[in-house]
Amino acid sequence: MTWLDINSTLPELIILATALLLLMLEVLSTPPRNSFIWVALAGMGLSLASVLGTPLSGNYYGNMIALSTFTRFIDVITIALVMCTFLFSAPYLRRTLEERGEYYALILFAAVGMMLMAKAHDLTMTFLGLELLSVPLYILAGFYRNRISSNEASIKYLLLGAFSTGFFLFGIALIYGSIGSTNYDIIQQAIVNGQELSRGLTLAGFALLLIGFAFKVALAPFHMYAPDVYQGAPTAITAFLSTGPKVAAFAALLKLVIVVFAVTTRHWWGVMWLLSVLTMTVGNVTALVQDNLKRMLAFSGVAHAGYLAIGILVGTSDGAFGLLFYLAIYSVTTLVAFGLVALVEREQEDGLEVSSYRGLAQKNPFIAAAFALALLSLAGFPPTAGFTAKFFVFNSAVEAGYIWLVIIAVINSLISVYYYLRPVVAMYMREPEDDRRVTLPPITVPALVLLVLVALGLGIMPFTLVQSGVSAAASLF
Amino acid sequence: MISDYLPVMIVFLLAAGFAVGALIATHFFGPKIKGKIKSEAYESGIEAKSSPHTRLNVRYFIVGLVFVIFDIEVVFLYPWAVVFKDFIKTGPFIFFEMLFFLFILLIGYIYVWRKGVFEWE
Repeated sequence: MTWLDINSTLPELIILATALLLLMLEVLSTPPRNSFIWVALAGMGLSLASVLGTPLSGNYYGNMIALSTFTRFIDVITIALVMCTFLFSAPYLRRTLEERGEYYALILFAAVGMMLMAKAHDLTMTFLGLELLSVPLYILAGFYRNRISSNEASIKYLLLGAFSTGFFLFGIALIYGSIGSTNYDIIQQAIVNGQELSRGLTLAGFALLLIGFAFKVALAPFHMYAPDVYQGAPTAITAFLSTGPKVAAFAALLKLVIVVFAVTTRHWWGVMWLLSVLTMTVGNVTALVQDNLKRMLAFSGVAHAGYLAIGILVGTSDGAFGLLFYLAIYSVTTLVAFGLVALVEREQEDGLEVSSYRGLAQKNPFIAAAFALALLSLAGFPPTAGFTAKFFVFNSAVEAGYIWLVIIAVINSLISVYYYLRPVVAMYMREPEDDRRVTLPPITVPALVLLVLVALGLGIMPFTLVQSGVSAAASLF
Repeated sequence: MISDYLPVMIVFLLAAGFAVGALIATHFFGPKIKGKIKSEAYESGIEAKSSPHTRLNVRYFIVGLVFVIFDIEVVFLYPWAVVFKDFIKTGPFIFFEMLFFLFILLIGYIYVWRKGVFEWE
């Protein structure tokens, strides 16, 4: 290991240092409570600068991590997500309990895990990134210790998460048993040359890894925990829970599939096909009957994981590009949608039903417009970016010959329109029940601007993201 | 290649056989005396005083966790110390690396200390 290795993980180290600084500020000094968020935001800003400023590529830490345009793409998404989470967290925390340094520090630790997962070039590293991402999230889901639902979310997430980690580890063990290495390149070479103990053992290992990933991204039938956890967790955390792990786990799975297991596609494409169809159908159909917006968006997240799985299945550079583009659009829109739910939410987890959104357009035109934009983008209406993203993913699937999968996905998108439009109808076509206005905290405005830029700007002019997305996808091959 | 795992298999069978064999052997050969003292929970020779199903202070758990973390720290220090002399010739990197590791643990230590984990009043 050399100093160059340290340099290659500079963005992570900056985030780590910020997190440690926040912990020390929490216990050693008595700063004004609202200063934590600025320290956290400054750390993320510095990290973003170092991501954009040091375009390293190649393998570091003895082939444990590999940097490329792909990892930089995921880094930027991660940093954007974390910063948006902070912007929505600050007003939410101030309303419900005093701000604490640990809250931001834990999100920062999770961000390091996300970034390392995409960079991992070794199953051990992937596992470490996954755990570094998961453990802070278990704590954050239960951050409101006085709320029963928050405690339930935390313990459920912890127990099921630990269980899925077991699958993941056992998968690594089987692959190591079959090939004798956890390095992506060596595993890939061994599979191509047939230097395995047995092909069956390798594939069994991959199947277990797939279960671990499926749990983290909430693919049906491993999605059962998602609605309860998303509903019980503090809403600002739900925003991060429903996007962060998805981005990181899909990025890591994409890399694993393309770099290592692409040659065995004929063995597992049926499983992935079934997971994808099951996930989008279960997610969309169940979301239809949800009245609680957090649950509805949770099932919407499950459905979108199904669409994203198409990108994994396709496995071409077009498919990888579609997946990356979709991830960027989905994560930002979902995060901001949850953030807006957090703004509208009242004390004691009140104001989460669709009915409490009646007439919001009259009371708070800006919040209503932003929420409507996010929902329309998630539903995939042109000219929003949600449509463009779906187009790229579905198009790559058609070109790869998965016609039926795309037909099912399109039917599913049509089903989803119903539940995405319900809050929009409530906001714009119903009279308000009371005249309680929601105050729009100025700190959340940058997040809303990002939403407009991503959901509308990239819908009309997708080319700005296409270029970096294509080069990111190409760097995987 | 599968024959590489044969010793593992033999050890596994021996271990399983010993465990199961001991249970079966005591069932057949062991004396069967039943009584009040015999059916009490074994507490390393000390008489059981109360029901074990009581609530424990959560501090036991936190101190347990902290102990494990610093125990693992020492586990990492040992192999580091063993290879230190060879690696220091290539540069001071190995020294600062461990310093960084200890620094992170020190931050954790300060955190639990200031949060009052070690206060037992």
